[in-house]
Amino acid sequence: MRFEGKAHVVGDHIDTDAIIPARFLVTADPGELGKNCMEGLTPGWVRRVSPGDILVAGENFGCGSSREHAPLAILGAGIPVVLAKSFARIFYRNGFNMGLVLLEMGDAIDRLGDGNALVVDVAQGVVENRTTGETFQVRPVPGFMMEMLEAGGLVQYVRRRLGGAA
Amino acid sequence: MGQSLAEKILQRHTNDHVEGPGQIVRCRVSLALANDITAPLAIKSLRAMGVSRVFDPERVVLVCDHFTPNKDIDSAEQVKVVRDFARQFGIVHYYEGGEVGVEHALLPELGLVGPGDVVVGADSHTCTYGGLGAFATGLGSTDVAAAMALGETWFKVPETIRVDLVGTVEPYVSAKDFILEVIGRIGVAGALYKALEFGGPVVDAMSVEGRMTMANMAIEAGGKAGLFAADATTLAYTAAHGRAQDAPIAPDADAGYAQRLRVDATGMSPRVACPHLPENVKPVEEVSGIPVDQVVIGSCTNGRIEDLRVAAAVLRGRKVARGVRLIVLPASPKAYRLALNEGLLEVFLDAGAVVGPPTCGPCLGGHMGILAGGERCLATTNRNFRGRMGSLDSEVYLASPAVAAATAVAGTIIHPAQVAG
Repeated sequence: MRFEGKAHVVGDHIDTDAIIPARFLVTADPGELGKNCMEGLTPGWVRRVSPGDILVAGENFGCGSSREHAPLAILGAGIPVVLAKSFARIFYRNGFNMGLVLLEMGDAIDRLGDGNALVVDVAQGVVENRTTGETFQVRPVPGFMMEMLEAGGLVQYVRRRLGGAA
Repeated sequence: MGQSLAEKILQRHTNDHVEGPGQIVRCRVSLALANDITAPLAIKSLRAMGVSRVFDPERVVLVCDHFTPNKDIDSAEQVKVVRDFARQFGIVHYYEGGEVGVEHALLPELGLVGPGDVVVGADSHTCTYGGLGAFATGLGSTDVAAAMALGETWFKVPETIRVDLVGTVEPYVSAKDFILEVIGRIGVAGALYKALEFGGPVVDAMSVEGRMTMANMAIEAGGKAGLFAADATTLAYTAAHGRAQDAPIAPDADAGYAQRLRVDATGMSPRVACPHLPENVKPVEEVSGIPVDQVVIGSCTNGRIEDLRVAAAVLRGRKVARGVRLIVLPASPKAYRLALNEGLLEVFLDAGAVVGPPTCGPCLGGHMGILAGGERCLATTNRNFRGRMGSLDSEVYLASPAVAAATAVAGTIIHPAQVAG
């Protein structure tokens, strides 16, 4: 898995109410949710995003509620991958379950600026900042979560198990 | 080395040998829960999984509590999806209408959760049941859907932060103040991926409702669970709610902890979390005098009967300040009825409050108390993120029921002793 896109930088402790405010939780459609991605951070934020762009966040990204609408809104906005200093745990599980790729970068996150051109190689665990010429080795996706991704996500995983049991 | 509560409970639900933090274990779940916002997504995932039945129709719980009574057509449609699913799949514990309470206030009162259980819920405040000695944690809808289908899920065994509460509890200080103090000290990511385990003499003397208030906000420190040992107090509570067979559970004396924290209650005053993060915690004296437009008493954090009694004791014979809206939402049908029978609702009405139905409503900016730009609310709820209760230009302060009631009377944030003596 390899992604190329422009970085959109947000801060620390971006909560699920910022990612998708509760008033928009009357649909489960990613496209609809995507229209209001980050509406609780900056109204109209999503207009700056082009499909394939990459979200760059600080510490504890996705803290707050368990709403799966949060990763769906990000995916619906056309963002396939989020790089963060760290992730809140429910959001982390949700991201992988929904097929949103999440990579923890620790303090190296500070080397990525708004608008930088990034290349992310998930299998290799490498993030390249083409704007500055720097390359970073990131913490690999835990093996168990990678297996889930490779199975095609949690829905496919359960489908297979239930099929096998029948 | 002995086992923490988290390790001990997980061990009971897995065939793997729990060796310690970091290990991934597959666990059987006692209960899987979702609400009117998260269940529709779980149902969508269940259908995509090709599921034709849940693992146990008596151990899947669906509570329509967030946007109910349905606030608009879209939310009514979502509840309809949940209702139709419950009917089709024979879900025994489906709640709406007059049977509904805020899920984490409701389930313990229905006797659906007990010590040693593993509970997963598509709601981040599922950690509330840690107050009963259950390992309970929030997950996303699809994770919960998988648990509903398979009766199991996976966990990374968490490290544990042990918090000991000691000293003498001052008047008007309660569970909410202690958990705010902990979050203020360790921060909103202080327990990220970890369990919080609470103990000490103050906890030993604390009611189960107070313990649930504290466990409820473990997630506000990033925690996976907030755990309390199940002691005689717990067993008396669960027995009173129809569970005669529950057994105590406690961590081993030589359990290993990643961190230890000691909170001394002696001399501690009520705490208030200021905008826009639950970690911005100050003694009430430091924020005294800040005017508010609205006060909300309710939610899965502080909408139980004990909370209503505390609020009523402060409000009795007093009036809500002119220009302030006080909204009281008993968190369950039982709390509502008790409040009615005990004359508390009359106290609230006499004071000039709006008394509404059990609902999550305003806590998450859903309905029944949304804030306009420039407005300020003090609430007994759990989150004060920017825009949480309405406009991005509004502010939310978090505090206990005693501080909330006193603030409603004064019109400004205030120590309850200054209002009620």
